[in-house]
Amino acid sequence: MNSTQLVIDTSYFAAAFLFIYGLKRMSSPVTARSGIVVAGVGMLVATLASFLYVFGIDPAAQAHLTTNVALAATALVVGTGWAWWSGKRVAMTAMPQMVALYNGMGGGAAAAIAAVELLRVNAAHETVPLVVTIIGALIGAISLAGSLIAWAKLDGRINGTWRMRGQQLFNGTVFVATLAVGLYIVFAMHGHAPPAIIAAFFVGAFIFGVLMTMPIGGADMPVVISLYNAFTGLAVGFEGYVLQNPALMIAGMVVGSAGTLLTLLMAKAMNRSVANVIFSNFGVTGEEQQGEIKGSQKAAEAGDAAINMRYASKVIIAPGYGLAVAQAQHKLYEFVKLLTDAGVEVKFAIHPVAGRMPGHMNVLLAEAGVPYDMIYDLEDINGEFKEADVAVVIGANDTVNPAARTNKSSPIYGMPILNVDQARQVYVIKRGQGKGYSGVENELFFADNTNLVYGDAQKVMVAMIQAVKSLEGGGH
Amino acid sequence: MDLTTTITGFVALYIFMLAAFTGYEIIGRVPAILHTPLMSGSNFVHGIVVVGAMYALLNATSTAEQVIGFLGVLLGSGNAAGGYVVTERMLEMFKPSDKNKNDKKA
Repeated sequence: MNSTQLVIDTSYFAAAFLFIYGLKRMSSPVTARSGIVVAGVGMLVATLASFLYVFGIDPAAQAHLTTNVALAATALVVGTGWAWWSGKRVAMTAMPQMVALYNGMGGGAAAAIAAVELLRVNAAHETVPLVVTIIGALIGAISLAGSLIAWAKLDGRINGTWRMRGQQLFNGTVFVATLAVGLYIVFAMHGHAPPAIIAAFFVGAFIFGVLMTMPIGGADMPVVISLYNAFTGLAVGFEGYVLQNPALMIAGMVVGSAGTLLTLLMAKAMNRSVANVIFSNFGVTGEEQQGEIKGSQKAAEAGDAAINMRYASKVIIAPGYGLAVAQAQHKLYEFVKLLTDAGVEVKFAIHPVAGRMPGHMNVLLAEAGVPYDMIYDLEDINGEFKEADVAVVIGANDTVNPAARTNKSSPIYGMPILNVDQARQVYVIKRGQGKGYSGVENELFFADNTNLVYGDAQKVMVAMIQAVKSLEGGGH
Repeated sequence: MDLTTTITGFVALYIFMLAAFTGYEIIGRVPAILHTPLMSGSNFVHGIVVVGAMYALLNATSTAEQVIGFLGVLLGSGNAAGGYVVTERMLEMFKPSDKNKNDKKA
């Protein structure tokens, strides 16, 4: 008996180590892929070792052992099989809702653990573990319900946002009522509540999760998913304490704090607080854009664009995700240094949600050695585009789309954008004629003062450097 | 539960505190480009909840506990397996695509 327990404990210890080590390896692009494999090994070891519980089972459960093992094996096979199959075939574009769905399942599992604990009639419940059980159950059930709504919204199964008068008050009432039932279970019933009351508690938490998520628009869902990811982590950590399982405690709390930090970072990128995202009923759901764009796209050679910039007096550069994909930040700064050496004033304009994540562009430019005083935020630089001779857009799209200012039917209408279209000449460096993240056609690309330089951003930069250098070389 | 590890009050707080700092440090140092796969990766890690659900199910004594325990294991294993698959797919795309895209013209 003790040796089986030792095997279980050792494998949980190994799992906790492998999770942290795996996440650590995921923090660098070079080792990221091996990181998830390392964490996966930890999960496999812990799950298989858990079957050893059958040797140290509660005597009362002995009679049900065969059924319970069969149920566990069936649930594992079905759950793993379905998730594996769905995860393999889901399109990359549908990834956010899939992560939301899997996350909700984790929250549901944590809530289920709590429910079984609360239903265990013959257990002697102590107050502290009981409080932790209830909190974990509350968070887990909210995460389950909220993630399901987030999934349904992102997947287009629920359209629009559902709002009503006095919603905050109503939500608050549901939450307080649920909490009251929870406190009643802990302090009045000492954990021995009838199933109906326990069920009422879970139903209340679930309904609150739904109510809390319904008013939030599709555009804000990434923040919400990240928040529920942190919620599930916390719920798992709390239930781990209840079960005296350090692997769950560590894994849950690591995810809980990491997820909280990620949520704050993402909300910050949108210049809003998490509370604002959750409670302000802001955000839009994707709608079809109306109307055709007139005009045509005009191409330009990289060399011509470079020479034009060399003789400009002010150039503003607006980078986007394409810069990161092409890893062109070093070549870009090399080119910028040539311009500044020639007396051109160059500034970088960074949109808060440029790239795929907060601070993406700042990190890239800093890595290339661009000094901070050349990099400007949206509010600080937007007034200067009017005075710029040239604005260069590198792999950005939605963040420079004038439709956000003018076209009310556009899904991105109302989002602050960089006013690159106000510069005398605009060069857009892009790989092809695709649309942006939001799927919206960009009228900037069709404007009279816009020329497109097609190609990989790094190759374009090399060509631009050569063009300017050959100019200087010819002069000497 | 016949456990050799007994975690009470302050020991639990120490574990939670250290784990929270670990999570904070891991994410805080990550380049922003990896934030999305990392969120998905941490989503996978809390799939360990399946282990707790298995414990609950294997010790179930009533039909209600069995049904809820079964659901717990089902959901937990879905969390773990799904989280793993999508994270691996994302990271797979990330690394080689950076190199390939540098060599390819659009």
